[in-house]
Amino acid sequence: MNAGQSASFRRLFDEVGPVDAVGIEERVAKYTTRSIKKSAKLWGLKTAVTMVDLTTLEGKDTPGKVASLCQKALHPSDDSTVPPVAAVCVYPAMVRHARRALGPGAKVRIASVATAFPSGQTALVTRLAEVRRAVADGADEIDMVINRGAFLAGEFAEVQDEIAAVVAACGAATLKVILEVSELETYDKIRAASFLAMSVIRPGDFIKTSTGKTTLNATLGNNQVMLEAIRDFYLDTGTAIAMKPAGGIRTAKQALQFLIAVKETLGDAWLNNKRYRFGASSLLNDLLRQIEKERTGAYQAPYYFSEAAESY
Amino acid sequence: MSRLPITKTPKVYVGGAFIRSESARVFPIRDAVGHFFANIPQCTRKDLRNAVEAAAKAGPGWAKRTAYNRGQILYRLGEMLEARAAEMIEALAMGASSPRIRAAAAREVTATVDRLIYYAGWADKYEQVLGNVNPVAAPYFNFTVTEPMGVIGVIAPDAAPLLGLVSLLAPAIVSGNTVVALASESQPYAAILLGEMLATSDLPGGVVNLLTGFRKEIVPTFATHTHLRAVSGVATADERKALKLGAAESVKRTHLLKAEEKTDWFADRAQSLEAIHDTLEFKTTWHPIGA
Amino acid sequence: MPTLAAGKKQTPRRQGRPAPELIFGDLWTYDPAPETADPKLKKRYELFINGRFVAPKSGKYFSSINPANEQKLAEIALADRADVDAAYRAAKKAYDTTWGKMPGAERAKYLFRIARLLQDRAREFAVAETMDGGKPIKESRDFDVPMAAAHFFYHAGWADKLDYVAPGRRIAPLGVVGQVIPWNFPLLMCAWKLAPALAMGNCVVLKPAETTSITALKLAEIIQDAGLPPGVVNIVTGAGETGAAVMGHPIPAKVAFTGSTEVGKIIMRSLAGTDKKMTMELGGKAANIIFDDAPLDQAVEGIINGIFFNQGHVCCAGSRLLVHEPVADRVIAKLKQRMKVLRVGDPLDKNTDVGAINSKEQLARITALVKSGVKEGAEMFQPACTLPAKGWYFPPTIFSGVSMSHRIAREEIFGPVLSILTFRTPEEAVEKANNTAYGLSAGVWTDKGSRILKMSTELKAGVVWANTYNKFDPTSPFGGYKESGFGREGGRQGLLDYCRLV
Repeated sequence: MNAGQSASFRRLFDEVGPVDAVGIEERVAKYTTRSIKKSAKLWGLKTAVTMVDLTTLEGKDTPGKVASLCQKALHPSDDSTVPPVAAVCVYPAMVRHARRALGPGAKVRIASVATAFPSGQTALVTRLAEVRRAVADGADEIDMVINRGAFLAGEFAEVQDEIAAVVAACGAATLKVILEVSELETYDKIRAASFLAMSVIRPGDFIKTSTGKTTLNATLGNNQVMLEAIRDFYLDTGTAIAMKPAGGIRTAKQALQFLIAVKETLGDAWLNNKRYRFGASSLLNDLLRQIEKERTGAYQAPYYFSEAAESY
Repeated sequence: MSRLPITKTPKVYVGGAFIRSESARVFPIRDAVGHFFANIPQCTRKDLRNAVEAAAKAGPGWAKRTAYNRGQILYRLGEMLEARAAEMIEALAMGASSPRIRAAAAREVTATVDRLIYYAGWADKYEQVLGNVNPVAAPYFNFTVTEPMGVIGVIAPDAAPLLGLVSLLAPAIVSGNTVVALASESQPYAAILLGEMLATSDLPGGVVNLLTGFRKEIVPTFATHTHLRAVSGVATADERKALKLGAAESVKRTHLLKAEEKTDWFADRAQSLEAIHDTLEFKTTWHPIGA
Repeated sequence: MPTLAAGKKQTPRRQGRPAPELIFGDLWTYDPAPETADPKLKKRYELFINGRFVAPKSGKYFSSINPANEQKLAEIALADRADVDAAYRAAKKAYDTTWGKMPGAERAKYLFRIARLLQDRAREFAVAETMDGGKPIKESRDFDVPMAAAHFFYHAGWADKLDYVAPGRRIAPLGVVGQVIPWNFPLLMCAWKLAPALAMGNCVVLKPAETTSITALKLAEIIQDAGLPPGVVNIVTGAGETGAAVMGHPIPAKVAFTGSTEVGKIIMRSLAGTDKKMTMELGGKAANIIFDDAPLDQAVEGIINGIFFNQGHVCCAGSRLLVHEPVADRVIAKLKQRMKVLRVGDPLDKNTDVGAINSKEQLARITALVKSGVKEGAEMFQPACTLPAKGWYFPPTIFSGVSMSHRIAREEIFGPVLSILTFRTPEEAVEKANNTAYGLSAGVWTDKGSRILKMSTELKAGVVWANTYNKFDPTSPFGGYKESGFGREGGRQGLLDYCRLV
């Protein structure tokens, strides 16, 4: 790192303040000792369902696979008290298939990972063209990746300019800015990147932890750092930014812990799917299992739930 | 015709200066054959108070000196004493002509030099032996270091008035404390002379403050002065009780040897790491380990 | 924010609009989550002397009350002088006949056994501790009991390695020691006191605090199960008179006391005419110092841990917050937000963060000091919280605009009450931090490494937590400077206080 880059990081850290890694982890460890029972648990589980961005991001995705995902998104369970999820999240090429499956004006929104997901390593014009096309095909929400190369090189203006360009390309679509926390590595940088992104996106846009395509994804720790950044930004500017942890949240228990973090850091105004989402594929089924367990009192076999990843 | 020599007016060494008691009182001491020798300052509780203030003022600077530097200064003090051994032997013997007494004085002086060298050597080592890193069961770096207590009161014995005094004050100052000491009541002159050597040993003023006077007048103030963080010395049963009662008021540390049990100041046991330990606090610091 | 470093765009700061606020309401409330493990309490607890539970010679008992609901938990035997004497005689006999002669390796095995048996019954002990003392179950379960077991485990390993305690010297046990412990960490203080004493080869007479005797007596059951020779550990229960008898008895070569500075001084006076060794672990009024470059959210968490851990019934509690002026408003705002999500109430509820005040007397003392704070003009904040109708509770409380001359800035409150002062320079922070007769602990929060080391050097306190607070470990020596006492507990240094040089 040259002197200019290190100075720009220093300035950025001075502005947004440092994060102590051990302190953050001790804070979030307290969320894991919360005991959520009975009606509180049921409320949490159902709320978590409404926050799921039901995701399939595989090379082998087909229109058929996307269609069945959409069906699951609309009707996660035979239990009519279980609400639909927030959105499906697909590659840009699958957006039109999702739109066909869901129909216009559906309760479930379509999110698409544009901008050369997951690496972002193409020309900006190409990334912007991809965003415009996805929106034209019917995407309600765009999940973009930031330029980690530029960020790590200390070229913060470039990072922000690119996000601003994507905001413009989104039009009416909601934007989610993926920081790809595993590539930023430290909590200090995650906090700094959160502020860079928040200061160029619109109220109601999201910051998001990860693509789900690297080794480390959403954790309670980086979720907490981003929630605190959102809180500080909101109290400073009045602009409410939304949050989406993605990748690695597979169990209902984890989801409840993330929600406890939201409740105790940002409060009630963020406990809804306009302000908080889970990017996940297998989480939904575990939420449904636990809801069913709460309803019946009996532990449930996984194969009772459609689209189950593990049907042993 | 022989010249009439100029006699020295004994003064106590406080705050780096040679002073008389604020009370302007003195008491006479006599030499080995009973002739008048000199008038010694009869210090009071107010002198003790002033000495504690001088010691407190010198404390932070002395504690901040490097261990290496404190060791060198103690070593320098040893050099001073060695170089002026004849004078100090005279001060202890007080004109006695008995070879036994003179030999004993010489032995006490050389033992005192050796004691200073012993403690000088500890200056940059005791921390390595007494402190340590603690392997706590959490992501923290945790270490325990020693720190000086602050101002320490020393009550010197009458037996071995020089060696006893130095054995009590050297471990305190080598570890960064400052000292207010009461010299032997019956044989105070060695302490007067020691003050002069301290003044020429690079020891900053106020680090060691030496008072002379009567125990019954000053020991009660050692007991009750709350700015003294510890008192070490040799005391009678009554004095010990008074010192400990006083210590309770400010949770002062006391390390008192019994006057009724003869302490062999020449023995190996009379110098130890534990004597340094007794003038130290342990401080433990925690810090998270994280990127 | 000039550029958000090098970046260009910036959402304009709000102008003229109402200040944004966070809502910590009841959209999602947690259901009660009581810990249901059986504490296996007896109706009546006897004295533990010479390996057996025996009735007090006086036949007198007193009640142990659950501070969470003011209900009687059990009857506890009241030991008088004669009982204490019997306990000391048993300890002396054990020292002379069994424990004092036993090889360290064998003593170690007993301590390992105690550690393991305590781990086995951890949940039961946690529930008993919470019911008896009022602390939240999550603390007794996740801190007190596991830490107590860890202390036995750590010291067990020392018992056959005592040659390494004092380099260059040979050491020996003192013989019989007397120990008096407080009510804030009843079981953990038992472990802190017993483990090093036993590892070193001493025999013990221990008196728990009168409001929290139960886990000490449950520990006596474990000591029986572990097969410790009779008399090695004796537990006598009672109030101040019993404590005075434990401290004043002629047999013990040493007494160790943890409690208030006031009582510590009384003990020191009472022993002034004796040669007894002493360890005093007394009160504190710790400064927790926050610099403007600190990781503020973690600092706020540290402040919370520092003052609300165990309802502030902690001698090393960070009861004076010293905040750097440039960030004072921000830190106080964050602190208030954080306090709004603290859950105060039933200690047995697994989600309770702040439990019950240990006794009616302590509640009265806290209330009086808080009143003095209000009267002296400091600004008080308490989050909205509904306290249970029965039981002794006090809401988390902070005072801002406090100066060093306020009583709440000088006196140990021993409750969930924080006094906030500000400072401008590091030197001023050190001066204010050290401007107290206490010197037990201190906290410092800054991102600058060299400043941490300088502050740590200049703060007159036995424990300095840098960028953290209220952390404990058996390997980490704990104890105070000045009127916070002398001697250390834990670590190699802690053993030095239970031996003599030979």
